[in-house]
Amino acid sequence: MAKGIKDKVAILGMGCSRFGERWDMDADNLMVEAFEEAIADAAIDVSQIDAAWMGVGFDAMNIGPSGLPLSIALRLPNIGVTKVENYCASGTESFRGAVYAVASGAADIALALGVEKLKDTGYGGLPVRTRGTTFDMVGVTGSAPGNFAQVASAYRAAHNVSKDDLKRAIAHVSVKSHANGAKNPKAHLRKVVDMDTVLNAPMIAEPLGLYDCCGVSDGAACAIVTTPEIARALGKTDLVTVKALQIAASNGWELQHAGGWNGSYFHPTRVAAKRAYDEAGITSPRDQLSLTEVHDCFSITELVTMEDLFLSDEGQAWKDVLNGDFDADGRTPCQIDGGLKCFGHPIGASGLRMIYENYLQLLGRAGDRQRKTPPSLALSHNLGGMPSQNVSAIAIVGLADA
Amino acid sequence: MMADVGILSFGAYVPRRRLQRSAIYAANAWFAPGLKGLAKGERAIGDWDEDSVTMAVEAARDTLTGIDRSTVGSLSLASTTLPFVDRLNSGIVKEALVLSDGVAAFDLTGSQRAGVSALRDAFEAASGRKAPHLCLAAEMRKTCPASDLELLSGDAAAGLLVGTGDVVAKFLGAYSLTTDFVDHYRSPGMDYDYVYEARWIREEGHVGLTSRALKEGLAALGVNPTEIDRLLVPISAKGVAATLAKKAGIPDSAVADTLQAQLGEAGSAHGLVMLVAALEAAKPGEKILLVGFGQGADLILLETTDALARLAPRRGVAGSLAGGVKDENYMRWLAHRGLVDLDKGMRAEQDQKQPSTTLWRHRKAVMGLVGGRCTKTGTVQFPKSDISVNPNDRTAHTQEDYPLAEIPARVLTVTADSLTYSPSPPLYYGMIDFEGGGRMTAEFADLTEEVEVGCEMRMVFRIKAVDDVRGFVKYFWKAAPVR
Repeated sequence: MAKGIKDKVAILGMGCSRFGERWDMDADNLMVEAFEEAIADAAIDVSQIDAAWMGVGFDAMNIGPSGLPLSIALRLPNIGVTKVENYCASGTESFRGAVYAVASGAADIALALGVEKLKDTGYGGLPVRTRGTTFDMVGVTGSAPGNFAQVASAYRAAHNVSKDDLKRAIAHVSVKSHANGAKNPKAHLRKVVDMDTVLNAPMIAEPLGLYDCCGVSDGAACAIVTTPEIARALGKTDLVTVKALQIAASNGWELQHAGGWNGSYFHPTRVAAKRAYDEAGITSPRDQLSLTEVHDCFSITELVTMEDLFLSDEGQAWKDVLNGDFDADGRTPCQIDGGLKCFGHPIGASGLRMIYENYLQLLGRAGDRQRKTPPSLALSHNLGGMPSQNVSAIAIVGLADA
Repeated sequence: MMADVGILSFGAYVPRRRLQRSAIYAANAWFAPGLKGLAKGERAIGDWDEDSVTMAVEAARDTLTGIDRSTVGSLSLASTTLPFVDRLNSGIVKEALVLSDGVAAFDLTGSQRAGVSALRDAFEAASGRKAPHLCLAAEMRKTCPASDLELLSGDAAAGLLVGTGDVVAKFLGAYSLTTDFVDHYRSPGMDYDYVYEARWIREEGHVGLTSRALKEGLAALGVNPTEIDRLLVPISAKGVAATLAKKAGIPDSAVADTLQAQLGEAGSAHGLVMLVAALEAAKPGEKILLVGFGQGADLILLETTDALARLAPRRGVAGSLAGGVKDENYMRWLAHRGLVDLDKGMRAEQDQKQPSTTLWRHRKAVMGLVGGRCTKTGTVQFPKSDISVNPNDRTAHTQEDYPLAEIPARVLTVTADSLTYSPSPPLYYGMIDFEGGGRMTAEFADLTEEVEVGCEMRMVFRIKAVDDVRGFVKYFWKAAPVR
């Protein structure tokens, strides 16, 4: 296996726009909002950026093709700007581009920016779109909640969990994220909710109710990365470095190979997690990870992901969730910033937003929501696609000496 | 001696829902109180994703129970409600059945008599054909709300495999009259039939014309009216069949039920539906006289044989009728048939354009649900691909066609999705595993109760989506619970 990039790249600065229904803003404005914070944090001049990557999920909806919208919005100095799209994992994908450029030595300083402007569609949820001419003839155009709800039915069957038990467990996931999001000034949804509200909400896709679904938001997030040496030379002292960055993509096995996958977990997440732990030198994630930001597009996704990241035993996450293991004051907090659920989910920005929160937490800059036990290693998990076919992106960042 | 010409096999399909006529009447009584006399019993209604083509496919599958499909030489589809005016509708059925490209296929339309006329023609052509002919008829009439036809009609399809040899019913002869009797008509661009006075239609047409055909036909066929065991008159107007029997000297006991109470009149398919129902009930050696009416009349005389008792069990009309579920939601049905506009929301705005090029390349997968089977490892998958999905044996270019439509499947995952657009929300779908290999995510059809993980499913050919902008119907397969 490749040696990996552990500690080869440091985060020089990060920024994140307020997420939400930003009726007054175009994608360009959101990009600028995230960028201004990031470049101020990095304390460099725009002319020092060598290359840039932009992650967008629904380009046709908001910015159009190519990397040009980023180059133009930020008036970048005619550097290489590449747009990447990998479903909802586009944010981490853009981070990978920038990080790999620095790790390879091709760039000294690189920028990753994820953005999404969803609230011009005219309706809630994600835009309906084609998935290619062949798929459109034989596939099912379900909604995102419908696609992810499939996991719930299979999880119940695989682990013999009652409908009520699973519904309560996923409700706890959302109640917890709302409690966290309420403390986050940049979050889209900042209201605390109770179990009854979640359990009795209108059904969106059985068993997922309204509160089992994340917010669909406008927003942008940005990272500026460089080598640890350059970061120190620029005067940075507390360094957050990239410990691991892994992406695993489905190859159709889950969707097409009968009798293989049982539908109850995310196969690429398990693959990416193993690789990421290897790359980061993590042998016991439950003991070593300080906190996680996972792709809680739906409550059931977060619950199952706890198992796929080996933070819960298979079939046991629903109990660990109810036990409060992943609450802000629990064993391994998950979505301490409110997550996709409440911070919001501007598709292309989400992966970078997760890293942004982990970066703040590691540096002790997370304000009211700062984890009491000082964190040293934080994982973000950014998932694109659907349970049967997805892109799973995992980034582990930590203090340079962790 | 010439081999017997006749029916080798038969089948039928009636959609699952039975709209209660009382529900139609309740909604329309303020406007058309005179409908009360028709407001009894129930009529079969297709789901939003059914049309004459999909119903014909179901009837054909039932007809071909236990029959090697490669033996079918030709097929025809009779209907006055074909989804396409110029695109071979029976050609769509052919693709769904994965029949050989070497079959002949044609559509018959233009009269309520089309189904029976097609069958007459099939019998007469049989001795000149090398292989059996699959004679299909299907009807889903678009009827104006608060019309008699709305209450009288029903959606259904029937199929008969016509050929020579070990027939279950022998063709004894036919007789036809053709006259331009305009009891009703529908011109291109018209949504609904224009129907003339019922009393005149009954006296001059149903009774007048048909009894003339019976009198002349029975004489021409040289059959004694008292020998007729079953008289099939696919006309729902009350008492017509009994009057015709009496006038022709056919015993009253021979008059067959028109299925009006449970199904309704399935237009040009109704004669064949009634014939299938009769064959299901008949014993060997019975004489069956089938009538077709519309701008004249057709008569077909058949006699069942010993082979009838040996025919494999099938759904047929009896099975279809037994599987009906009551439906009182008149408004939903009006919406499904495009008779009332609902605000579908922006999610329904997705462009459904179907490139002909991709449909042509993938016609077997899309229309026939043909997947691939690796000749080396036996791995089955849908759709086919150059490189096998088998994670343990990477084979390339080894897949042969593997039809999945007739293979039972089980549910692996399921949800009821209330967010995505569906004409019949919530949309049920999930992953299914086929017996012996193959897996896909499929929409679930015909749901009136919840499907759970592990449920047994069978595949059904249905409308996937309609491109309203370009007037194109997109078909694909869905999974329906085995009941």
